[in-house]
This record gives sequence, structure tokens and C-alpha cells, in this order.
Amino acid sequence: MNSRRLLVLATAAVLVLTACGSDSGTKDKNGAAATQGFTAPKLTALDKLGTPEGEVNIVAWAGYVEDGSSDKNVDWVTPFEQATGCKVNVKVGTTSDEMVSLIKTGQYDVVSASGDASLRLIAAGDVEPVNTALVPNYADVFEGLKKQPWNSVKGVEYGVPHGRGANLLMYRTDKVKPAPDSWGAVFDASSPYKGHITAYDSPIYIADAALYLMKTKPELKIKNPYALDEAQFTAAVDLLKTQNANVGEYWGDYLKEIQAFKNADTVIGTSWQIIVNLAKAEKAPVEAVLPKEGATGWSDTWMVATKSKHKTCAYKWLDHIISPKANAQVAEWFGEAPSNAKSCNETADKAHCDTFHADDEAYFDQVWYWTTPIEQCLDGRTKVKCKNYSEWTTAWQEIKG
Amino acid sequence: MHRLSWLRLGFLLSAPMAWLLVAYLGALAVLLVSAFWTTDVFTGNVIHQITTANFHQLLTSDLYRTVTIRSVLVAAAVTAICAVVAFPMAFYMAKVASPTMRRFLVVAVLTPLWASYLVKVYAWRAMFSGNGVINWALEPFGLNGPGFGLTATVIVLAYLWLPFMILPIYAGLERLPDSLLEASGDLGAGAGRTTRSVVLPLVFPSVVAGSIFTFSLSLGDYIAVQIVGGKSQLIGNLIYGSLLTANNLPLAGALATVPIVIMVIYLLGVRRTGALDQL
Amino acid sequence: MRLSRPSRLALAAFMLLGLAVIYVPLGVVLISSFSPEKTFGWPPSGFTLSWWGKAWDNEGARAALATSVKAALGATAVALVLGTMASFAVARYRFFGREAVSILLVLPIALPGIVTGIALSSAIQTTLRPLGIDFGLFTVIIGHSTFCIVVVYNNVLARLRRVGGSLEEASMDLGAGVLQTFRFVTFPAVRSALLAGGLLAFALSFDEIIVTTFTAGPGVQTLPIWIYQNLARPNQAPIVNVVAALLIVLSVIPVWLAQRLSADTSGGRL
Repeated sequence: MNSRRLLVLATAAVLVLTACGSDSGTKDKNGAAATQGFTAPKLTALDKLGTPEGEVNIVAWAGYVEDGSSDKNVDWVTPFEQATGCKVNVKVGTTSDEMVSLIKTGQYDVVSASGDASLRLIAAGDVEPVNTALVPNYADVFEGLKKQPWNSVKGVEYGVPHGRGANLLMYRTDKVKPAPDSWGAVFDASSPYKGHITAYDSPIYIADAALYLMKTKPELKIKNPYALDEAQFTAAVDLLKTQNANVGEYWGDYLKEIQAFKNADTVIGTSWQIIVNLAKAEKAPVEAVLPKEGATGWSDTWMVATKSKHKTCAYKWLDHIISPKANAQVAEWFGEAPSNAKSCNETADKAHCDTFHADDEAYFDQVWYWTTPIEQCLDGRTKVKCKNYSEWTTAWQEIKG
Repeated sequence: MHRLSWLRLGFLLSAPMAWLLVAYLGALAVLLVSAFWTTDVFTGNVIHQITTANFHQLLTSDLYRTVTIRSVLVAAAVTAICAVVAFPMAFYMAKVASPTMRRFLVVAVLTPLWASYLVKVYAWRAMFSGNGVINWALEPFGLNGPGFGLTATVIVLAYLWLPFMILPIYAGLERLPDSLLEASGDLGAGAGRTTRSVVLPLVFPSVVAGSIFTFSLSLGDYIAVQIVGGKSQLIGNLIYGSLLTANNLPLAGALATVPIVIMVIYLLGVRRTGALDQL
Repeated sequence: MRLSRPSRLALAAFMLLGLAVIYVPLGVVLISSFSPEKTFGWPPSGFTLSWWGKAWDNEGARAALATSVKAALGATAVALVLGTMASFAVARYRFFGREAVSILLVLPIALPGIVTGIALSSAIQTTLRPLGIDFGLFTVIIGHSTFCIVVVYNNVLARLRRVGGSLEEASMDLGAGVLQTFRFVTFPAVRSALLAGGLLAFALSFDEIIVTTFTAGPGVQTLPIWIYQNLARPNQAPIVNVVAALLIVLSVIPVWLAQRLSADTSGGRL
């Protein structure tokens, strides 16, 4: 055991040394992590499907696995269950961190991992490579999403892309005037909305503060909001500590956010398109905007857990959820860009793909996908050490006080 | 009966003790041992190497100290409110109400225990909300409700655990012979004096018994504070956060020792008051 | 002590006020279950019975209710057996460590739920899963019974102390065996304590959320877990209200019955 550990460490060290010389610059901004800093454990993908096991346990974002109980017209689970005989049990994760710990329990088969969860899961050996030959619909996925740094390691795919989107700034049109167009509205120390501001309850939100500082304090020289050295990190944390005085609630649970906006307990803060849509359906006067500084966002991947006991059903789910019709349904319900190119023909709103920039790589260059911060700076700097996620987590608890 | 009494005693004790020692204490021990481990920073996997790093962080970080003190104060406030509110109610039930009324009142107090904890807390959230009942009721007076925060948390927790305080005090008061109260009256003490000098000392163990529940249930609660507490954090949230957000079971284990130590000290302290017999 | 009339009235008023405060949130829940809105706005904008209809058809709620009942029955059964055994041991015998037993039994309910939950969860992962016992209804029952035992224990212990051992000794002296004594002398005396303790244990297990979250597997949904998951989904929240309102209304029945059947009016010990 010890010699194997040494071999893994040695390999990792060699990788780090060789990769360190490369210049990741701005082109590969979202994913230098995959080629630096860790070696994925040796795991093999499933080589063929067996008989469906009768159930599949999924960890997913709210809104990704709908079976008609939220809205009877919103259901892509029942057709799946009828076609494959795999009963779907879904556990909604409120943050990537929660999803990582749920998968670690070994009780789940599939997870819809954002970029800040996927690499951690891969490195820990909690998810295994996916044999895309067993997922027929994978062929139609946008090329720009395949074999990316957050869903693959050295050309080996670890999942199938689900879709991507940006975090938005949501606000009550009747309470917040004039309409905001900048994240400054939530970071303003002397905000008129004191006590009614919300922010996403996860350490990854520090990146949002860093993104704001990237544009407003160029002297800090932040190039990548997930690559923060001591000074940059302290600046972001201080900004958030100042913001904390004005925050009413942090949110992870989207019903609480909808309720809070509806009752005007919260009037402005980070949000997702699905929350905006549902709040509007509840007759809350809200709007959302992608601020001028850009935003953090996510690109999600469906992955298969190593310890899964229902791998055939898992693969069948992967194939189903990225099939044109289902992918279109979930993309419209959640409010994000689908991953299957054919979905653009299946959306009820024909302009959906354009609205969400499904094929617009230039747009997504402005969106900083959630990624796990590690010590080796993701922006390519070699002379300094960046803060890793564990330090982000500790800082987050201190920010909340 | 006496010949085999040791055997019988052993039989009687074996199953419950085995259950508790193995299932419960064993699990606690595992948790406490894991507090001495750490996790890998990137993968989150546990590294099985003994280190006191977690405890060091626990003792030196300001955050944990602040949150622990805050949690203890909240638990104490909840206990105090429960005791003050429960005592008159239990007294009425035990000494003033007629026997039929008494049964009805016990049912009335016990029934809410069956209503879902979560739904009750969400109902309070709706009540504390900007356009909720509390603000609506206070508006004519020009006042504003406390909104979400620690005040709301204390009120909600006191509400939730009130039956746990009423029942032991009621049981204690019921056991108090009326003759004692009459004797005190005959000796010339008024109601207030009797309450202070006769009733309270005798019922005190029951109050303490109830306080074990209200204190411990408030100390470890992390759900109610997330729902009505706004952005506040209590020790339960830190433990939950360490486990789920940071994926750090060892740190969660280390943090868990804080409420364990507090409660063990509390239990040892109340042992002397005889409250443990009054549960 | 003779209370003056104003004092009695004041106490009665306080009692009424207290009961009102206890029942106002429950009233809010009941009223909200008739409101057409999906999020709990106040005052409610209308009246509708549609949620009650939907709740009736809701399979998830019914399944969750059944699971909760099964888990609570299991935990109560374990608690009744183990709690009674422990209380007999402590009440009728003198031995070294008697007090320690009491403290040990109180611990699961005295320590915060999250501590119990995490401890049991990691213990199950390390010890039971390798043996093939996975998270599920069984682990939920294990978790619940740790804190249910003390409830039964306290009730039976209090009763045994009050009843005293002399009746049992007399029975033995008259020639009855241990089992006969238990059946005809002891059991009738502690029956209502068992009922009170069992009912409280059932209630505690039925409404438990924290320990359950850590000990249930992905497929097990007790009612509190179902509520927790569905309060987070806009279309389901009103149905949760209905379920809660129904629980409140229906739970009066077992509590009332227990009161009628029990000679002891104290409502049981915790």
C-alpha cells in the first residue's frame, strides 16, 4: 500500500513539474486544474450494459429531475421509468459541496456535477470514467462541451455534459430602482437595501466577489476568480465581510429564495433563471440581469459513481437526459443552455437556444464556470500559491460569522 | 428470587446496555476518534493519521469561540423563556383546574408534539416574514416585528420545546401534596410566599429536568436557525457545514465535542439536584 | 394555599394565552392549507379545497406516512422492550453503576441530534455496510430507538418506584413464579406507564428529522423527510400544509385515548 501511494505521489509530482511550465493564459481559463495538480485514480469505465437493475439513485440540482410533482406538464422521469423499468429516486443537492459529500456516502449512482464538484469527485475516485460509446445521444452534444478540462482528464471522459448557464442578478422591480446592471448593487457597503440582500450560501460565492474585484479593482491583478493569492483572497473576503452586514439571508434552497422575494424579505441578490421564472409565476414582480462585469456560472456534467450498484440504469439515465427531447425540456424548465445540439429544435420556445447562447462560445467566455480552487494557480502563475478550497470553506464560515 | 437475582439483573441489563454501549457509545467513540484525523484538501478523502490539528483549530479560531458562546446563550435564553412560561401553565393545570379540565389541558399541550417540526418552523417563518402575521398585527402600533434573526430563532425554539418543559413541571407539581400548600397557608404565608418558599424549591428538580431537554435541543439545532435565523450561525450549523460543505468529517467530529462536553457538564451538574429522577 | 379569585383568574388567563400562542402557528398552517397561493403569504388571498384533493391523491405523501408509521412502530417496540428491562433493573436491584445507567440512557436524548446522527452514520458506514446491512428502514429504527428507550424507561421507572416491590414479593411468597407474578401483578400496574411512554416514544420517532436524515438511505422517505424535500418545491408546499394540518387534527385521537385509558393523568414522563 505504501509503495503504491509513493508511486502515485511520484507520478503526480512529475506531472506537476512538467505541466508547470505551460502557459494557460486566457484561452484555457476554465480548466487548467485538470492537467495540473492531480492524477486521477486508475478506474475503468463500464464496457457493456447489463440488464437494468430496477432503480437509480440520483443526486441532482433542483429542477434537473422532474417527475410531474412540481408541475404536471414538467415530467421527463415517468417516460424514462416506463421505458427502462428503472425507478428514479432523486436527492436534491443545494450546493456542490453537499453533492460531493452525498456521493462519498456511496449510496448514489448518478450525480449532476458542476465544475467545482467534478474534479474533486474524479480525484477522489468517487466517480469513474464514462464509456461514451454506451451513450448513443452523446454524439449530438455540442463539440465545445466535449472533453473539457472540467469533465475529462487527459482525453478520458468522466461524464456527459448536461447544459450550462450563468448566475444572474435578480431584483424586485418595485423595490429596487433604478434597475441595476452591476454586481455593485449587492456589494455596496452603504446599500439602501440593507437587510434585504441575499447571496448564494456556498464558499464558491467568494469567486463572485473576486469577479467583481477583477473588474473594479484592476490593481489587484485578478485574472481568474478561482485563482486567488493571499492579497487577492483577503480583498475578496473583506468585501464579503462588508456585504455580510447587509445580507438578510443566504440561500441554498430555492423555495426559500422564491418566498423571500415574493414577500420582499429579499429584494436583490444572486439567482438562477428557474427561480426567476417560478417567482414570476407566483406573481412576484422580479427581473433578472447578467451584470456588466460578467458572472460566475456552471457547466454541469452527469457522472456515474464508482460505488454504484445500478450502473446499467445509470447509463440509461445519462442517455435519456441528454436525448434531444428531455434535454430540451430540462433546459427550458431550468433556464439554461442545453448540451444536445438537436434540442434546439425541440424546445417549445424556438428562440430558447439563442436566448441562452447555446452555441455561443464567445458569450460563455464571459462566464466563469464553477471550478474547484487549488493551490496551483488556475491562471498559470507559478511563483505564488493560490488558496485551495479548504481555505475558501474556512473563510466562508468566518464571513458568515 | 434472590438466588438468581444477579443472573436476572444481568439478563435485564444486558440487552439495553448492549444496545446503547455498542450502537450508541461505540458510534460516538468512532466519531471522536475521527476527530483526530484530517482530510485531503482536494479530494476530501480521510487521512487516517493521528493529529491534533482539528482541536488546535477549534481552540484558536475566533469563529468557533464566538459561535459556541452564541449557541450557549441562545439555549439558555430558550430555557429561561420556557421555564417562565411553562411554570404558570403547569401550575394552573396541576393545582387550579378541575380534573376533567386537567385531562383536556394535558391533551391540548401534548397534541402539538405530533405536528411536524418543520411545518411549525415554516409557519413561524411565514409569520415573521415582511408581510406576515406579526408585522400585520404590530402595524397599528407603529412597530415592526423582529424579522429573521436570533430573536426569531429564540422565540421559535422556545415555542417548539415548550411542551417538553410543561410536562415535567406538571408531573412534579402533581406529586406535590395539596396538604403542604394548605399548611403553608395556615401558617400565614400568602400565595406569593408559599410559591417562593414551598413550591419552587420542591418543583425545582422538575424544572431542571425540563431544562435538560430545552437546553440540549436548542444547543444542537441547525434547522430552525436556517429557516428563521436569517444569516445567523449556531454550533449545529458549523458542524453540519463542516460535514457537508467542507466534507470534513474529522473537523465535524472535533466540533461535535463542544456540545458533548457542554451537555456532559450540564448533566453532571444537574445530577445533584435530583432532576434525573424527575424526568 | 388558597388562591384568591383574582389570582385564579390571572392564572386561567395566562393558561389561555399560552394555549393560544401554542395553537396560532398551527392555525396558520391550517388556514394556509386552504389558501390558493403556493407560498405562505399573509393574509391568504382566497379559499380553495384543491390542495386537500391533491394531497389525497399524492402517492409520495401516503408512502412517506406508511414508512414513518413503520419506523415509529419499530422504534417504539424496541424501546418498550429495552426500556422496560432497564427500568426493572434499576428499580428493583441495587448495583454498582446504577446512576451511570441512568445517565447513559439519557445521553442519546441529551446530546444534540446532529451529533447522534453523524456518529451513527459513520458507524453504520464502517461497521454495518461491510456486513451487507445498508442504510434503510432498519438503520432508521436503530437511530430512533436510541433516544426512544429513555422515554419508556423514565415512565416505567417512575411507576415502579411508586408501586414498590412489596406486591411482587407478596405474590412470590404466595407461590407464584416470576412470569406469573409479572403477568398478574406487575404488568397491570405498569401498563398505563408503558402506554404513556410508548405513545411519547412513537411521537418522538414520528416527527424526528435530524437523526433520520443521517441514518436513512436514498430510498427511505419518512414523513419528516418527505416534508423537508417537498417544502422546497413550490408546487408541493401547499400539499405539505395539508398533510401537517391533517396530522394535527388526527393526532388528538391517540393522545386523548391514551389519557382516557391511563390512570395517571400526568401525560407521561419524557
